[in-house]
Amino acid sequence: MFTPITFASILPEILILALGLLILIFEPFWKEDQRRNAGWLTAGGLFVILVVSLLFGRPGEPTSTLGGMIRFDWLGFFLKMLFIFAGAATALLLMDHEKAGRRGEAYLLLLASLLGMNLMAVASDLVMLYLAIETASIPLYILSGFLLTDERSTEAGFKYLLFGTVASTVMLYGFSLVYGFSGTTDLYAIANAFTSGNVSPLLGFGVLALLIVGLGFKVSVVPFHFWAPDVYQGAPTPVAGYLSTASKAAGFAVMLRLFFIAFPDFSGTWAMILAALAAISMTVGNLLALPQTNIKRLLAFSSISHAGYAMIGVVAFNTLGATSVVFYLAAYIATNLLAFGIVMAFSRITGLEEITDYAGLSRRNPLLALMMLAAFLSLAGMPPFGGFVAKVFVFAAGVQTGYIWLVVVGILNSIIGVYYYLNVLKYVYLYRMPEQDEEQHPVPLTRPYTIALVVLVLGVILVGTVFAPFFGWSDAGAFVLFN
Amino acid sequence: MNFPILSVITFLPFVAGVIILMMPATRKNETRAVALAAATIDLLLSAWVYLQYLLGDMTGYQFLEQYNWLPQLGITLFFGVDGMSAPLVLLTGIVMFTGVLISWGNDDPQVMSGIQDRPREFFAFLFLLAGGVFGVFVSLDLFMLFFFYEIAVFPMYLLIAIWGWVKTREYAAMKLTLYLFIGSVVALVGALAMYWVQYQNTGVLSFNMLEMEKAGFSTAFQNIWFLPVFLGFAVLGGIWPFHNWSPDGHVAAPTAVSMFHAGVLMKLGAFAALRVGVMLLPEGAKEWAWLIMLFAGVAVVYGAYIAFVQTDLKYMIGFSSVSHMGLVMLGISTLNETGLTGAGVQMFSHGVMTALFFAVTGMIYDRAHTRMIPELGGMAKIMPFAAIGFIIGGLVSMGMPGFSGFVAEFPIFMGVWREQWLVAVISSISIVITAAYIMMNIRKVFFSPLPENLEGHVGDVTVLDKVAIVTLCLFMIAIGLFPSVMVPMVSTGVENIMRLLGGA
Repeated sequence: MFTPITFASILPEILILALGLLILIFEPFWKEDQRRNAGWLTAGGLFVILVVSLLFGRPGEPTSTLGGMIRFDWLGFFLKMLFIFAGAATALLLMDHEKAGRRGEAYLLLLASLLGMNLMAVASDLVMLYLAIETASIPLYILSGFLLTDERSTEAGFKYLLFGTVASTVMLYGFSLVYGFSGTTDLYAIANAFTSGNVSPLLGFGVLALLIVGLGFKVSVVPFHFWAPDVYQGAPTPVAGYLSTASKAAGFAVMLRLFFIAFPDFSGTWAMILAALAAISMTVGNLLALPQTNIKRLLAFSSISHAGYAMIGVVAFNTLGATSVVFYLAAYIATNLLAFGIVMAFSRITGLEEITDYAGLSRRNPLLALMMLAAFLSLAGMPPFGGFVAKVFVFAAGVQTGYIWLVVVGILNSIIGVYYYLNVLKYVYLYRMPEQDEEQHPVPLTRPYTIALVVLVLGVILVGTVFAPFFGWSDAGAFVLFN
Repeated sequence: MNFPILSVITFLPFVAGVIILMMPATRKNETRAVALAAATIDLLLSAWVYLQYLLGDMTGYQFLEQYNWLPQLGITLFFGVDGMSAPLVLLTGIVMFTGVLISWGNDDPQVMSGIQDRPREFFAFLFLLAGGVFGVFVSLDLFMLFFFYEIAVFPMYLLIAIWGWVKTREYAAMKLTLYLFIGSVVALVGALAMYWVQYQNTGVLSFNMLEMEKAGFSTAFQNIWFLPVFLGFAVLGGIWPFHNWSPDGHVAAPTAVSMFHAGVLMKLGAFAALRVGVMLLPEGAKEWAWLIMLFAGVAVVYGAYIAFVQTDLKYMIGFSSVSHMGLVMLGISTLNETGLTGAGVQMFSHGVMTALFFAVTGMIYDRAHTRMIPELGGMAKIMPFAAIGFIIGGLVSMGMPGFSGFVAEFPIFMGVWREQWLVAVISSISIVITAAYIMMNIRKVFFSPLPENLEGHVGDVTVLDKVAIVTLCLFMIAIGLFPSVMVPMVSTGVENIMRLLGGA
């Protein structure tokens, strides 16, 4: 049963587990001031895992392994690589966090949730899927409330826990109904059993709605977004960055596989619901981002609107749609991690998180300001950064399937986006500190930040200029959903 | 494989921008030197392209380069110039070169000129802008055209907001960015629609514009999408009634950015509207030509009239740009050979002329610290060189024979006359108004007595400024005296458009 292909299909997960155990074993022996090195170990380890997986763990023909629990294909593989990349970057950003950076548990929890996300990307059975989602979520509840002495952080952890549990229970109920009507938990078998022939449209709508509640929470679309701003604001900043990128992308991974593979017969129903959610999410996210004064809350609302943009690709329900979603996730992960990384680097020195506090940053640290320019312009969808091509592909997929109205909503929203993203850059580049003594207040970067941020900037620019390889991988991922 | 000259022209500014960004902030003069070197190389290369095209057989697209970029969606890096775009590439080279000269900046607190605050970032953003502009002019791939178009838009925000005129820069920069962004995304939806309809018609996924010309879009489709696409781009061309961002942007921008903005960016809009709107959707163009002509006609007269009543020198030039760009649009809207040729030459002529106007205005403002026309006077004695430059620019603006303005405007009016003589009559009023305000302002600013408060502390322009003025004047006079260096070339580009319009 345990053939080489089985091994290859879960190679990254085995290695992540091993890395977690390694940290668990070594961390107690390190002295207080050495524990920060767990971050180097995590990031370095994940980098090695990334390389090893790319060399030895690439999928060939799509196959089911482990008794149909895991689907070994390019979609899962490419997303797993993205998650591991995000995990490594997060570990680096976590290292110099004042309270969380010297605690081995933080890295262990990060790896545990990464394990869960990887499994979310490949799970092809409802049971496995649910387990994966919980494995990814529970460590994140703890990480959000990691700063025990900080009221906001505990609030964030608790709030996330409550919302998350309710959403996942609702989804579990949906799973049980799916099983009840189809008699199978295998995603690839459900498609034949759960058809419009033997399930009434109303029931199909109900079941899909239950599933969408759970996934909508994971990807934080309106109206399941209420947790996001508070949690992002309260959680340690690198964790918030991780939540808004990898965790969201994992939700999209599940969404693609679940809806495209298991419910193609009900595509009209779920596409309608998702189109509505996408439109509302983009609009509400962007409008609520306008009055924000805290940069983390601004990024939270912007991430809600980005979930809406990406969902246009899901709604399109064709190869280009799926490709564009995966591509969007790749661009978005790099961009938003960069944005949160900068916020982390800045608040570590200054302890401030208001947008107005960024005044004069371009004189305090020109490099950091330039990176912020890249991150925010990419979020706004300007070339040569990743956000531009990602948006164009998503819109192209929407136009192709005839969702012109949704694309128009998306375009109107990206105009609102340009306004508030540029507004932040205005503080960075135009305004000065009250005393105009920026030279006295430098914002130095420690080595982990320099490495993480430079890699992320390069990622954002590469995705936005040399997009062919990234598109090719996304395309290979989308291909398996339709063949 | 020939030397990939167009790629080099396009990507050199990006590379130079990155190099400049990596230099230490304290090395201001080295930064400027690198910028000037890059700009000089780009000017020489674009002049080389122009001359090669002029001395060659002048047909079709030349210097073609094509690299696969994203084969799955048919996106290629496809560069080439024709008679329409070669002059504009040269124009961009000229404006880039003179823009760097004007922004050189001396660190002498007595004569504040050019850019002293963070020149490193300034030149980097300016070059990003220049690279985007080159990219649009040489791209024959619709996706890449959009890509470069957007790159050309956002540095404007930073350039204006950071180095602009303190009073209005935030407002003007945001207004400009939002106008242009809205225009471009509206055009983008149209482009995506064209892309998919082409796919339905031919079964080929391609953004290649030469292929798209043959896609056989139905007349109904063209009639629907022509207006969004054309107007979306024409916003950047300053078409009335979407011109409002433009004068505000001019006024708020620092000198070199005003030069780029009026000299090159507005051509970008007109050029993209022509290449994507008219050339890919010719039937739609015929359907809606009357509306474009109406808008353009209003812009020509209204712009000139508003310019006439301005008291701020920069607003005056800003509105005169709206008027002159209206002439370009008017030429395009005729859809006949004469009018389009005029529009092509006018794009170049106006680009050089406005760049010169803004350069001289910047020189005056840097030294006199005011741009209000009533407060100025006697500049001819202090800066005779700048005065001569301004006068030559003024003569071009009025359309005097012997200068490039005449070569451009005369065919436009001839073309319009052939389509709709009434519009030609009404819009030619603008020539009179233009002549009036140009001459009045030259008299006031340069030849009236020097106001007392300016006496003593206003100095002459620098050597670099003089080089810039001479360069710009040279091109305007050359084209005026020898129209054959440009007009035949533009008309080969126009033949191509006429072929698509079905010889109408």
